[in-house]
Amino acid sequence: MGKATGFLEYERLAEANLPVQNRVKNYKEFVLHLSDDQSRQQGARCMDCGIPFCMTGCPVNNIIPDWNDLVYKQDWRAAIDVLHSTNNFPEFTGRICPAPCEAACTLNINDDAVGIKSIEHAIIDKAWENDWVTPQISSHKTGKKVAVVGSGPAGLATAQQLARVGHTVVVLEKNDRIGGLLRYGIPDFKMEKTHIDRRMTQMVAEGVEFRVNQHVGQNVTGDEILAEFDAVVLAGGAEQPRDLNVPGRNLDGVMFAMDFLTPQNKVVAGDNMPNQVLATNKNVVVIGGGDTGSDCVGTSNRHGALAITQFELMPQPPEKENKELVWPNWPLKMRTSSSHEEGASRDWSITTKEFVGEDGKLVALKGTKVEWKDGKMLEVPGTEFVIKADLVLLAMGFVSPVQKLLEAFGVEKDHRGNAKANTESYATSSAKVFAAGDIRRGQSLVVWAIREGRQAARAVDEFLMGASTLPR
Amino acid sequence: MASELSNPIAQVNIQAALENSASNQFGISDLGIANPSKPNKQGLYNPSNEHDACGVGFVAHIKGKKSHDIVQKGLQLLTNLTHRGATGYDPKLGDGAGLLMQMPDAFMRKEAANLNIQLPVAGEYAVGNVFLPQADNSRELVESLIEDIIHEEGQTLLGWRKVPVNNSNIAQAARDTEPNMRQVFIASTNKDQDAFERKLFVIRKRIEHAVAKLILKDNAAFYIPSLSSRTIVYKGMLLANEVGVYYLDLNDETVVSALALVHQRFSTNTFPAWDLAHPFRMIAHNGEINTVQGNVNWMAARHATMRSALLGEDLEKLWPLIVDGQSDSACFDNCLELLVAGGFSLPHAMMMLIPEAWSGNSLMDEERRAFYEYHAALMEPWDGPAAVAFTDGRMIGATLDRNGLRPARYLVTDDDLVMMASEMGVLNFPQEKIVKKWRLEPGKMLLIDMEQGRIIDDAEVKKALAVAKPYKQWIEKTRYFLSDMPKVGGVIEIAASMPQVDLLDIQQAFGYTQEDIKFVMLPMVQNGEEASGSMGNDAALPVLSVKPKLIYNYFKQLFAQVTNPPIDPIREELVMSLVTFIGPKPNLLGVDETEPALRLEASQPVLMLDELEQLKAIALLTQNQYKSLVLDITYAASLGKAGMATAVASIAHAAQKAVQDGFNIIILSDRNASESRLAIPALLACSATHLHLVKTGLRTSTGLVVDTGSAREVHHFALLAGYGAEAVCPWLAFETISHLSIKDSKEGAKKFVKAIGKGLYKVMSKMGISTYQSYCGAHIFEAVGLNSAFVEKYFTGTTTNIEGISLDQVAEEAVRMHTTAFGEDPVLANSLEAGGEYAFRIRGEEHMWTPDSIAKLQHATRTNQYDTYKEYAKLINDQSRRHMTLRGLFEIKSVGNAIPLDSVESAKEIVKRFATGAMSLGSISTEAHATLAIAMNRIGGKSNTGEGGEDAKRFITLSSDSSMAKVIGEDVIVKDIPLKSGDSMRSKIKQVASGRFGVTAEYLASADQIQIKMAQGAKPGEGGQLPGHKVSEYIAKLRFSVPGVGLISPPPHHDIYSIEDLAQLIHDLKNANPKASISVKLVSESGVGTVAAGVAKAKSDHIVIAGHDGGTGASPISSVKHAGTPWELGLSETQQTLVLNQLRGRVVVQVDGQIKTGRDVVVGALLGADEFGFATAPLVVEGCIMMRKCHLNTCPVGVATQDPELRKRFTGQPEHVVNYFFFVAEEVRELMASIGVAKFDDLIGRVDLLDMQAGIDHWKISGLDFSKIFHLPEMPAHVSRKNNDVQDHGLAHAMDNKLIALAQSALEQGQKVVIDLPISNTNRTVGTMLSNQVATRFGSVGLPNDSICINFTGTSGQSFAAFLAQGISFTLTGEGNDYVGKGLCGGRIVIMPPSNFRGLSHENIIVGNTVMYGATTGESYFSGVAGERFCVRNSGASAVVEGVGNHGCEYMTGGTVVVLGLTGQNFAAGMSGGVAYIYDEDGLFSKRCNMGMVSLESVEQSDMVAKNTVQHLNQPDEVTLLALINNHVKYTSSERAKALLADWNNMRLKFVKVMPNEYKRALIELAEDKVLVAA
Repeated sequence: MGKATGFLEYERLAEANLPVQNRVKNYKEFVLHLSDDQSRQQGARCMDCGIPFCMTGCPVNNIIPDWNDLVYKQDWRAAIDVLHSTNNFPEFTGRICPAPCEAACTLNINDDAVGIKSIEHAIIDKAWENDWVTPQISSHKTGKKVAVVGSGPAGLATAQQLARVGHTVVVLEKNDRIGGLLRYGIPDFKMEKTHIDRRMTQMVAEGVEFRVNQHVGQNVTGDEILAEFDAVVLAGGAEQPRDLNVPGRNLDGVMFAMDFLTPQNKVVAGDNMPNQVLATNKNVVVIGGGDTGSDCVGTSNRHGALAITQFELMPQPPEKENKELVWPNWPLKMRTSSSHEEGASRDWSITTKEFVGEDGKLVALKGTKVEWKDGKMLEVPGTEFVIKADLVLLAMGFVSPVQKLLEAFGVEKDHRGNAKANTESYATSSAKVFAAGDIRRGQSLVVWAIREGRQAARAVDEFLMGASTLPR
Repeated sequence: MASELSNPIAQVNIQAALENSASNQFGISDLGIANPSKPNKQGLYNPSNEHDACGVGFVAHIKGKKSHDIVQKGLQLLTNLTHRGATGYDPKLGDGAGLLMQMPDAFMRKEAANLNIQLPVAGEYAVGNVFLPQADNSRELVESLIEDIIHEEGQTLLGWRKVPVNNSNIAQAARDTEPNMRQVFIASTNKDQDAFERKLFVIRKRIEHAVAKLILKDNAAFYIPSLSSRTIVYKGMLLANEVGVYYLDLNDETVVSALALVHQRFSTNTFPAWDLAHPFRMIAHNGEINTVQGNVNWMAARHATMRSALLGEDLEKLWPLIVDGQSDSACFDNCLELLVAGGFSLPHAMMMLIPEAWSGNSLMDEERRAFYEYHAALMEPWDGPAAVAFTDGRMIGATLDRNGLRPARYLVTDDDLVMMASEMGVLNFPQEKIVKKWRLEPGKMLLIDMEQGRIIDDAEVKKALAVAKPYKQWIEKTRYFLSDMPKVGGVIEIAASMPQVDLLDIQQAFGYTQEDIKFVMLPMVQNGEEASGSMGNDAALPVLSVKPKLIYNYFKQLFAQVTNPPIDPIREELVMSLVTFIGPKPNLLGVDETEPALRLEASQPVLMLDELEQLKAIALLTQNQYKSLVLDITYAASLGKAGMATAVASIAHAAQKAVQDGFNIIILSDRNASESRLAIPALLACSATHLHLVKTGLRTSTGLVVDTGSAREVHHFALLAGYGAEAVCPWLAFETISHLSIKDSKEGAKKFVKAIGKGLYKVMSKMGISTYQSYCGAHIFEAVGLNSAFVEKYFTGTTTNIEGISLDQVAEEAVRMHTTAFGEDPVLANSLEAGGEYAFRIRGEEHMWTPDSIAKLQHATRTNQYDTYKEYAKLINDQSRRHMTLRGLFEIKSVGNAIPLDSVESAKEIVKRFATGAMSLGSISTEAHATLAIAMNRIGGKSNTGEGGEDAKRFITLSSDSSMAKVIGEDVIVKDIPLKSGDSMRSKIKQVASGRFGVTAEYLASADQIQIKMAQGAKPGEGGQLPGHKVSEYIAKLRFSVPGVGLISPPPHHDIYSIEDLAQLIHDLKNANPKASISVKLVSESGVGTVAAGVAKAKSDHIVIAGHDGGTGASPISSVKHAGTPWELGLSETQQTLVLNQLRGRVVVQVDGQIKTGRDVVVGALLGADEFGFATAPLVVEGCIMMRKCHLNTCPVGVATQDPELRKRFTGQPEHVVNYFFFVAEEVRELMASIGVAKFDDLIGRVDLLDMQAGIDHWKISGLDFSKIFHLPEMPAHVSRKNNDVQDHGLAHAMDNKLIALAQSALEQGQKVVIDLPISNTNRTVGTMLSNQVATRFGSVGLPNDSICINFTGTSGQSFAAFLAQGISFTLTGEGNDYVGKGLCGGRIVIMPPSNFRGLSHENIIVGNTVMYGATTGESYFSGVAGERFCVRNSGASAVVEGVGNHGCEYMTGGTVVVLGLTGQNFAAGMSGGVAYIYDEDGLFSKRCNMGMVSLESVEQSDMVAKNTVQHLNQPDEVTLLALINNHVKYTSSERAKALLADWNNMRLKFVKVMPNEYKRALIELAEDKVLVAA
């Protein structure tokens, strides 16, 4: 219930960040979770709406008003139970979720939204600190075996849910470590990897088996997996990056963002990466204005780049959306990430015409301004420019799952190349093969992956047992 | 005499009838004798819902001197009551009237002699008036049956006489069903007249039973109006003035009587029914017995254990004492007859049936209290608004219900005549002959014993009865008080008694949700009262929900509307009682038993855990006088749902055996529920056991107590009570409370019990029932979604109209809850189900308003995107997967091929049928309120003020562009909205609700439609409250109240206690604005159709049928969820009933309640609506996001708040609202085109185009059957199905036409006029049309004082000087009736007795009940005593009166009242403003004053008052008081006032000032503010 008049008494309070000059020196998280008292005040701002729009704004349907109220009452123990009842991994979402719930918050209509994400962050951190996150070991075994291919958020959520109702679950991961994009896509300064490790420990205790270096189509076949398991859940993500086919694409210094970010994560994890590309003392151009682009900016700054420029094809969004017409939906508006705060220049409505090289090495980028009319892009004559560039990072999103994985199981695809399955059964065209997360819906947020993982787990449980007590 | 011949035929027919009767459940009217004009139960119409209310009166000679004059006076009295009755579609067709008098011996002797019948001496023969079939063979069959029974009962048949009648002037429909009127003469074989009367009673009952079993082919009726040696009743389907014309006997000079008891009926239907006319054999009744169902049930239950020394073997012949299908008054009459035949005196019996409020009355003497207390165990009150006149031919009297909800005035002359009537003026006596004018007071009795030849007043008659037996001693000897008994040792903690069961699991097994804890229980535990909610109910109906629901949820509470008033259980608590008797009931007819039965009493029915332990150990505590037995109502869970039927049956049988074995308290307990034991739903177990015990005649031999884990909200307790539980122990609720994180769980449990008690008061009072005892077993519910065979078996007699689930699914639901509770569901491992009934939750109940539907609607209307609207409409309309409403399951069929959209009536036309709902300025912000008005005026629809007045600045139509702030005021509007030329913020619909806030002549004059809110969907039968924090200065100004002081809208309109009162208010409002149509808003429930028919007969132009789910600013959550039914049911029932009654054409029918889309509109039209109300949807368009926080004033979008900071956030625009309504109309057009209908009118009433959607496959839904909703009454083609006619309000005959003509020079030229006129009681609502002329021309400013002075002489009719405007002064020499000065707004009223009246003014009544109700300004002087409820809700007028009845100054918020005499009880209840000065002659005023909200102060000498004291009217009290008393002398020459002034210095000390605490606080705050400003 929070406090009926809390929203009139207290301001929204953002989580504090460490100063830029301190945080760019390392890859540690720099967001400080709220104190108990600050959390309490944020909780008090929640109005306990008759219709909590936040709850449907949130893809996993977090029961936000309830835990806001519990935090207001400082009943942290109950708060984590409520939070965990809809979200397997609040430590991930509490850090890296863009928080569509806050966009949907009714206070966001004409005021500042409740700091829902910061409260989530505080709850789960407190829970870990107090050892309230313990394995939930199934009291019985069903004898059914399920393979989960891919260990990103969708795969992990599926695996945890299925293990908790007694199935024997094996997670197959092509990389050397578990976590998918969580592990190798998201920089440590946004989310340290110990969070994944802790969850893995919990999941192992719950009976999940993790097998790394299992590359379907390379060292293991679909048929082998189908032979071993009663059900297979494909949760391989959407890892095929969008490319930019302009002259000079093959120059040394033009690369996909993931090829730049992943090695850095491995280095932080203690691996030796002799061929790592560094941005140190380079003029870096990031193409793509999304979250991955942001991560490239943050990582480049930590490398010690000379200058960082980020281009976005789409026009600059407005500072503020027209809430009358947008709320409670996710608004298109100007967003400045913590990485941007650390230093980068940004420009919008820019298309890249050519990468200019010398001796096979990138030295500059040619671009031009564009205009958008009725959904069509038009170059603006006379706006061509050339910018110095030693390193171009392509962060223009992902187009589809890696097709080989789908082919290995003979799974029918939709027109975008994703695994074809609906959100009721999550079943693919192949018998006992299911798909969840980005591999099914295309590139999306971690929180959507968790949702799909949970729902797919229920569908698989129903498929195996005829009925399921798992929540959707 | 052909008895021998006809006997065998009768037997054959009886046999046939018996075979047939199994399929027939509807009483006399259906059994045997078919009546073509009176429709049978069909569709949603059920004849058993018919109501009536009436005018009643009598004339009697105190000394018993018989004369023909008294008969003639009776007929004249009846004629003058005509306006209290009603006529149907045919103005000649009255509802029935009649006269009861003493047996005219000389006349009968003469008539008998003509037939060669020799009558024995008077008293040894009886004459029965009998209605017989017209066809000879049928008549002879019935006559022979009668003769046989007379013979069998050992009496002598003397012969028959045909009663001469003149039917030339009666209505055709009445003539079609006119019986053959005959009289039967019977000679007594016994000299004892009382014994003869008893025998006659037995004979009549036997005849009734025998004839009921016949099947007669012809169409006439059978009925015995009277069969007595003392009295005779002449009555029929006649207009009041027709009785003497029709019955020629009554004009014979030899027809003499010392009494004439007459009655004129106002029925809700128009079907001819000769037998329903009053008087009955002993009574004539004006009112309604709300508890009749329970009373009838209990009477049946008493059957087996009843014994009577006087009646002996004959007692058995009387059963069934009360047959089905009778009116409540007839049932009451039956019971009264039994009590009198059983040996109770008539007044004694009346005191048992209609006891005065004794438990809360501190002024009652001990003996009388003991009398009532003793008899309370014998008989539960027959409760409801009632003025009952009764007679046995030797004494005549009248009594009034405890609330005094019906008027009854009387006078006594110096030549020994007494006349009592519903109003004065019906019979005129020379003033100088009158010695006393008084009224019947609440709970009081007037008795004239003609054998003793005197009036025995209330105190004397009751004293005599109270001391006749040692009741006090008996009670002390036989009573056990549960609370006085010692606590028993042992374990009280539940946890300890069920060690192996986890609390969470057991809560889940009983269906607990998180919301049960958060919304339902916690507020009760913390605050001692039920929580409030807002914005109505948009969740799925239980039968449509995919989730398992408790069986409680399938029942809806019934509530009173129009025909009987709800009670205010808070402000009028003195009439309420929760006292319950646990255990066997004594023999009702044990009149002379000297060993009175034991009684176990509890002060309220919710038992704490230790109290239940006491009951378990009751044998020990009472030395085996009581023996209790606990019956386990759980069974092996392994048996699953299939096991439930057997389990229920075996419990019922176990109870039967236990009672037979001598146990006299049965405790049904589900405490054994566990993983292995499944609990039968407690309500099912309780009702099944109760009914089984009733059937086996054992119910009154035992008490029935329920110990259940399921009960936790008010509704649950109400249901258990309604189906027979005398007490309930909610063990799991207590266990839950003890685990809540609250400071003191013991205190919490107590508060919980208190909250349930308060809630029960509300539930009972919304049906107008005052006592738990009468509520218990009364079945005041209807079912929605239960199969009728199931209901008939386990909840016999409860209405269920759409079928639904049966025992199988009920059991399935219990099993599902049980399985999930003890299952593996991870969501439920650590927490309860979310619930989602009160607030939207993802895993909770489905709602129509979802984030998606709200967002789509807002985006669509803000951008004028029809496509987005259609996405919204699809979310609401398509319920193929999410089932929420009945209409969601309807399918709309085509008339023919689809037609082009162009050929369909334009959207511009369709939107004119739309109105916005009644949302008061107060509940919503000024900006939100005015925006709706602008939008509706732009589209030609109608907006509604709601209850709260309206700023006159809004009445103009703009001639140039402007803005809201410019028109209303920069200081009022915080978020300005631009206005265009031609815009208006005037609400076309002006609502009149029970609080009458801001209802002035000017307000009413500004209306296109005036809406009387009888009930509100979110909380039917309840009042409202605007919390103080929402009463801003602006709102206080509009409502004539004090800022910051909360405002109460009482549950009843205090001027509507019956249908004829509503007719009166309709008439008043029509006078207040003859151009406006008058609308009456009702809420859907079973029976609303008959109420609507009554409303149509009461001349309403417009009827609103609201669904149960409508929005609200604040309402107790159990009312939001559990009262009323979906509008699909109520609308359809209304349409069917109006068509059957041929009344549909003259009214416009509007439907509202969660109407959101064009499809909703089309469904509404097909079910019979002409117009459509929308409330929540337009609010959502204005920005509402269903916070459901309206009651907290924290609406974050500035819609439902008065906080200026929050109102700044308002973003609504009239354009958005306009867009919305055009979208809806467009959707309607598309639907019309698709089904081939071009004109909207052609949709109305076409239920044949509706069907139930095929292919919906769900375990609960499959049992539903909508055929009753889709029923089309078969009526001739000329009978209209939609509005196409108007009402005749009869304003052409109004006296005001004359007044207006005579006052022309004042109205036109401002010249003063003085007029002298006679007046009589048939001149109703005088001065109101004249006031409308003043208000229309001069607004609230009115005319200068005394511009129009009118001096009347005589007795005024009801509503004299209603809404009298400033500048008009009325002086009446004579007396007034009810509702004088209703809504007074500026005028002056003076009423004084004629100079030749000999009585003392302060000892005689001068005006009736509810005088000055809702007055806002003006003054009045009454030289005499006023009735009950004087100055209720006065908000600014001043009044001087010389005495008042009960409830004076109730809910008053302003003004000054001076009472120069005695007051009744409960003075100043709910009074929050203004001041009253009481001359406290006997020094007992403080005992009669309700001290809940006021303090009593002395009136200080004016020069002694300190300078800076806070003062009412800014002057010392003495100055105010003296000025008013001096005025009183000046205008009325009151002797009383003169005497007080003559000895002022002493008399001043006797005055008590009644000062509301809230008002004082506000005055102090205002004074402080002024000081601050000054500084």
